[in-house]
Amino acid sequence: MSAITRDEVAHLARLSRLALSDDELDHYAAQLDAIIVAVAKVSEVAAEDVPPSSHALPITNVYRPDQVRPSLTPQQALSGAPAVEDDRFRVPRILGEEA
Amino acid sequence: MSLIRKSAAELGALLGAGEVSAVEVAQAHLDRVAEIDGKVHAFLHVAAESALAQARAIDERRAKGERLGPLAGVPIAHKDVFTTSDMPTTAGSKILQGWRPPYDATVTRRLREAGLVILGKTNLDEFAMGSSTENSAFGPTRNPWDLTRVPGGSSGGSSAAVAAYAAPLSTGTDTGGSIRQPAAVTGIVGMKPTYGGSSRYGLIAFASSLDTPGPFARNVLDAALLHEAFSGHDPMDSTSIDAPVPGVVEAAKRADIAGLRVGVVREFDSEGFQAGVVARFHETVELLESLGAKVVELSCPSFTTALPAYYLIAPSECSSNLARFDAMRYGLRVGDDGERSAEEVMAMTRAAGFGPEVKRRIMLGTYALSSGYYDAYYGQAQKVRTLIARDFEAAFHQVDVLISPTTPTTAFPIGERVDDPMAMYLADLCTIPANLAGNAAISIPCGLADEDGLPVGLQIMAPVLGDDRCYRVGAALETALESRWGGPLLSKAPAL
Repeated sequence: MSAITRDEVAHLARLSRLALSDDELDHYAAQLDAIIVAVAKVSEVAAEDVPPSSHALPITNVYRPDQVRPSLTPQQALSGAPAVEDDRFRVPRILGEEA
Repeated sequence: MSLIRKSAAELGALLGAGEVSAVEVAQAHLDRVAEIDGKVHAFLHVAAESALAQARAIDERRAKGERLGPLAGVPIAHKDVFTTSDMPTTAGSKILQGWRPPYDATVTRRLREAGLVILGKTNLDEFAMGSSTENSAFGPTRNPWDLTRVPGGSSGGSSAAVAAYAAPLSTGTDTGGSIRQPAAVTGIVGMKPTYGGSSRYGLIAFASSLDTPGPFARNVLDAALLHEAFSGHDPMDSTSIDAPVPGVVEAAKRADIAGLRVGVVREFDSEGFQAGVVARFHETVELLESLGAKVVELSCPSFTTALPAYYLIAPSECSSNLARFDAMRYGLRVGDDGERSAEEVMAMTRAAGFGPEVKRRIMLGTYALSSGYYDAYYGQAQKVRTLIARDFEAAFHQVDVLISPTTPTTAFPIGERVDDPMAMYLADLCTIPANLAGNAAISIPCGLADEDGLPVGLQIMAPVLGDDRCYRVGAALETALESRWGGPLLSKAPAL
């Protein structure tokens, strides 16, 4: 039995904002299935009472002094933008037709 | 001896004594790049003009009697994942092709301030995801030892540049082995510092809890000099450790290991490994004993689940980090015809701009983090991470350093693993535990495998902030091995 179906991979692609072709979905479904079967080995470890680590360092909530510092100019911030209008990022429409 | 064969420390001394100019050193390396890079393809961007300008500036400052650091005027190549305000930064991806960052990474900035001359940016697996540099959108890098083989990855351009004498030093990043593995398979030195010891500011993120900048060099002392030059607390990185940099240069010069306790990790000793790798590893263990170290074998049982845990944790973090490539603020935008929605443009851009390995990892991470699977995958992997840290802690009660082969095999042929992700992932088997626990670890050359004549790496792992131990043991072994070989291992590499 496979660990992941092609429909599930299509759903993952949508969540990941990846417009994949049918061929690509077939290809990735087979590969992701093999990878998920391999990484599922973590479930064999008995670890009920082990705390999870998200990080290797025992530090939390690091703050710097709240001081005004130079930052990027609008020109620098927009220097890599695909489209610019009136000193702002120009983006495709974000609302649907019915909105 | 030609300038390109000299170590960074030697070049620094010659420059300091005024026996050679920074312009001459930069030109010699640029000539070498022009000579070999058509074959090796270590570089994505060569900055010849700016390198010569930087070198001239160093020469002028020195002529005025200014006191400069030990690496001032020494050339360096940066992995193309560190932002550079005066050259393109692509992360090996089409989605960032042609992008010029508006700021420098801390690593880049500190090395500029130390007077290093940037030759250019090196090739890598896209977004540092891979073990062969074949995942670069701009074509693979080739191993200078054998042009049909991979130079390792993800920092394969940086390892190949140093191994091919195109640069004495280079930078890399190590998330699951991306410095140590390429160093091992190209016969050079590569170090993953303690996590938080080197700043991630301006490093294009892959997996933020694991990404660690580090040095490549042809010998242990040079790696330590570079390590020291860019390390130390950085307020711009909230996970940067606010503690003194371990005395890595002093350790590389001390190189004495009498009485040192060395642990051989039983889980990484031979099963499924290439015979030539195992043979060189066992010889090195004997050499350590003859140098006065006390070697014991010990078990780190959780290390066997490090690989699966890593391939859940790293893709999970990557799926979140790479969400920033949304086609809105910088980088590629595809399909913006005035009709399509932002979401459609985003999905079309990401499909066109990311390569197959990046897509696989984003989807795998999205899967591991999705409700219903989170506890079984990501949550469980985080628990394994705790167990690995505990194994290290227990081991370092008994020994000062742990050793293993750096990789299970020598450099594999280009194309061999590119369609088999799980086979590719195995290249990181021995290097991943140190990333998950944040430890310091180095790879040094320890000989050539009998069956293919290719370099084998030894991995030396030390506790968090015990980076100096990696250099101390590495330097002692380097001296002993080079006297056995009659010179550096790299001198046995075929001429390009």
